[in-house]
Amino acid sequence: MNSPDRPPARIALGPLVLIALVVGAVAAAFAYTAGWLSPQRLTANKVVDAFAPPGGPALGHRRNHVKGICFTGVFEANGAGSSLSEAPMFRAGQYPAIGRFNLATADIKAADATVRVRGMGLQITAPGGQVWRMAMIDSPFFPVSTPQGLYGLVVASGSKDPDAMKTFAGSHPELGHFGAWAQSAPWTGSFAEEPYNSLNSFVFTSSTGAASVVRWSLLPSANPVSIPPDELAKRAPDFLEQEITERIKGGPLRWTLVIHVAEKGDPTSDPSQEWPKNRPAVEVGALTVQAIEPEANGPCRDINYDPTVLPTGMGTSDDPFPAARSSAYRRSYDLRAAEAEYYPATGAEATP
Amino acid sequence: MNRILQRFTPLQRALHWLMAICILAMFFIGVGMVSSIAPKYLPLIAIHKSLGGVILILALIRLGVRWRYGAPPLPADLPVPMRLAAELSHYILYTLMIAMPLLGWGMLSAANYPIVLFGTVRLPMILPQSDSLHTELWSAHYYLAFLFFAIVLLHLAAALFHALVRHDGVFEAMAPVPRRDS
Repeated sequence: MNSPDRPPARIALGPLVLIALVVGAVAAAFAYTAGWLSPQRLTANKVVDAFAPPGGPALGHRRNHVKGICFTGVFEANGAGSSLSEAPMFRAGQYPAIGRFNLATADIKAADATVRVRGMGLQITAPGGQVWRMAMIDSPFFPVSTPQGLYGLVVASGSKDPDAMKTFAGSHPELGHFGAWAQSAPWTGSFAEEPYNSLNSFVFTSSTGAASVVRWSLLPSANPVSIPPDELAKRAPDFLEQEITERIKGGPLRWTLVIHVAEKGDPTSDPSQEWPKNRPAVEVGALTVQAIEPEANGPCRDINYDPTVLPTGMGTSDDPFPAARSSAYRRSYDLRAAEAEYYPATGAEATP
Repeated sequence: MNRILQRFTPLQRALHWLMAICILAMFFIGVGMVSSIAPKYLPLIAIHKSLGGVILILALIRLGVRWRYGAPPLPADLPVPMRLAAELSHYILYTLMIAMPLLGWGMLSAANYPIVLFGTVRLPMILPQSDSLHTELWSAHYYLAFLFFAIVLLHLAAALFHALVRHDGVFEAMAPVPRRDS
């Protein structure tokens, strides 16, 4: 049924070229958006890959804070937090908590005594199913002020170039502040004796709509006992896990959750800078850790402690880290979920 | 000349172009967000989830509308390979419009990520937490997205081919506004 006025032999080239240009332009825009044309873009894959220790990552495990142990417990809110945020877990009451004590290292073979920074992942669940996830560390501030800085730090510290760290520190003066803390702050012999700080800032919104920029800290009830690092070095490589497993038999462990509220002009976007000490600090409740379980079979294993998983009444701030952490944690989760066979759930044997 | 002037109903054309915008946006948001650690990562991922919900609902409505009103016949002189390609690609497009949001929903459920649309609508988990399910659904969502994009590009090329080369009324059948015919 070819129309006589439309012989196929007379297809003009112009329209075909136009079609190719339109389709090519859409495809090129897609490739650009995907970052395929900009290899210098800092992606989650790049950040996560940079954390890998020299021998490669421990398959099936988190790509950073790789050593950890699960806990379960309760967060008991005193109701004071409701003045800051309408989050359901701030209403007076008890809410189940699943957490993870961990060490800030990507090397699963690192001895506990060699890791300066300790952390806690925590999820608090409200009756309606809303969850608040957080991932905190025990240093009072972060080593660097931007996600790009963190990537640079990870690359420099893994570099074979002996001057890499010096060069990096030269261009990131905030690192000196952290270095001073790392040198001078006391070491303890227990996860139970550490404070855990959000470091990143978040925005809390109350039921009246009032917004506050906040950071928070979990302050331990246990008295911190300072132990010299060379003393700790004599202990077992997993002494922290052993200690907390033993310690819990003597009764639950407690932390007080304190919310620090920023004032105008405070460095809310820069976790390497502390806020002035006189900022309002609101005690909103207490975390009680009741049981410890090895990670391989524990309830914390499958939780991605993405700090942007927040209940109503909480949101992110101008701090660029939570978005970067969310993106990188997602990548780490995708990888370890796909590698689950290398980290069997039966038994605590970690490395294949 | 035996030109087919029958067009899709206004409702079908409205759904088509609305979804075209949504789906094209989804490709760019999706591929942009997974390659970013910038602050825009969070709004992008929130929009991706919300828009996915919208597309799922629109696709189901569209499927029903298609069932009710059908589609104008393809030109009788369309060569058989093009006819087959047109029919097959439309089955795939409908399947993907419905499957992709479900795969995304299932993937997030299997990872135990809370799913919040438009900042308020909390979706229930449709699967239990599972490493293997998450991995399979993630892979399906990821690779099918590229297939989906490739078929949309083909669809675009074919639409322009009908409009600019064949002038057979196929493009006009779905054109957003009626075009004066030559």
